[in-house]
Amino acid sequence: MTENGEATPLVVLTNVNKHFGNLHVLRDINLTISRGEVVVVIGPSGGGKSTLCRTINRLETVDGGTVTFDGRPLPAEGRALAMLRAEVGMVFQSFNLFAHKTILENVTLGPTKVRGMAKAKARALGMELLDRVGIGAQAAKYPAQLSGGQQQRVAIARALAMNPKMILFDEPTSALDPEMVQEVLDVMIGLAADGMTMMVVTHEMGFARRAADRVVFMAEGSIVEESTPQEFFTSARTDRARDFLSKILTH
Amino acid sequence: MQALLDEFPVILNAFWLTIRLTLASGAAALVLGTILAAMRVSPLPVLRGIGTAYVNILRNTPLTLVIVFCGLGLGLVLDVSFSTSLSTNYLWLSIIGLSAYTAAFVCEAIRSGINTVPVGQAEAARAIGLTFSQNLRLIVLPQALRAVVAPLGSILIALTKNTTIAAAIGVTEASLTMKTLFEAHGDAVVPIFFGFALGFLVLTLPTGLLFTWLSRRLAVVR
Repeated sequence: MTENGEATPLVVLTNVNKHFGNLHVLRDINLTISRGEVVVVIGPSGGGKSTLCRTINRLETVDGGTVTFDGRPLPAEGRALAMLRAEVGMVFQSFNLFAHKTILENVTLGPTKVRGMAKAKARALGMELLDRVGIGAQAAKYPAQLSGGQQQRVAIARALAMNPKMILFDEPTSALDPEMVQEVLDVMIGLAADGMTMMVVTHEMGFARRAADRVVFMAEGSIVEESTPQEFFTSARTDRARDFLSKILTH
Repeated sequence: MQALLDEFPVILNAFWLTIRLTLASGAAALVLGTILAAMRVSPLPVLRGIGTAYVNILRNTPLTLVIVFCGLGLGLVLDVSFSTSLSTNYLWLSIIGLSAYTAAFVCEAIRSGINTVPVGQAEAARAIGLTFSQNLRLIVLPQALRAVVAPLGSILIALTKNTTIAAAIGVTEASLTMKTLFEAHGDAVVPIFFGFALGFLVLTLPTGLLFTWLSRRLAVVR
């Protein structure tokens, strides 16, 4: 499927370090994500989860260590970096739909401007994806006219329109009203079932249990524990993880 | 009053020149100001430096000096020529001066507009693989411009009034024509003055209303 074959991992982070001023946000991160794998990153706020997620498409640069995607180190800048980002979808906590463009234009912009796809073909693709996430009827509206859950589903369609090798989800349901969380999670569970490679930073333990192949627990900038969801939620190995779980699962 | 009626065609002609000066300089200033704003937010330090220097120099120089520089410096010393007709040549030189000066203000207005665009918009654009210039052209600037329609209207009104400075190099726009008419009609100075003052209001008041309406209509809903 790719020049590097199915066997090589899609993402490899090696000894990644990052500081924000004096704050050491990522400490010696080593993480490998295989093709088709769904990795859920959980942990307390401020533990570096989002930063880790954003290093994979270089929205955050790293101070030390290497990040490779599909066998190649991430390009530093310019067109090469833009082309890499086109292969990595991203869904943000605050949706970040283009406010001055319609729902359909949000989805077709990438395919037409980055991939050079013909307008008609992009529209057809856009409508197909919007239907897939259940927003086809809203295609002509603007983002502000949609609910949070609908906007986030559009954001997922926008990411899918680039036919990415992987999608990063940075707390995709944290800004949503509770009744809208499930509609977004359902779309994500569908993607996971279809074999999409995903990294999901989330506080939704139900999603982690149901869709994750692996749970990564992060705190204070380090990966504290990595295991299957089953193992993590029933018998976490570290005190730090057990302490975190006891606080969130009792409620 | 009779003088005003007699000279009406002359006055109309003068204001027509004022309108042309305003529109030509306004269009050029919008283009140049947008380019300058793009330079000032670009990742290249050289471009940022040039943009900043331009704005600081032009914004802090009196417009009269800018116009005189265009007339004397460009026109006489450097021999920049757009037309064999002297008056047309000075018209173009004054348009250069007016647009160069106004572009500095347009740039700063647009730059403040860029600051109103949430950082997530540009991040999402980068995340789908848009390059820096695509990001600016397709995502950031369209939203920034819509946010600053009202201040751009103020700049256009200021430009309309600033065209009177072109009189300094002999462009016969409204204010220079007014002075000429004062001399021809010494007994009708007050009516002529109010006639010209009214003429400017007729240009600037609707501009203000139009831009207020446009700013509401074009606002990006978030």
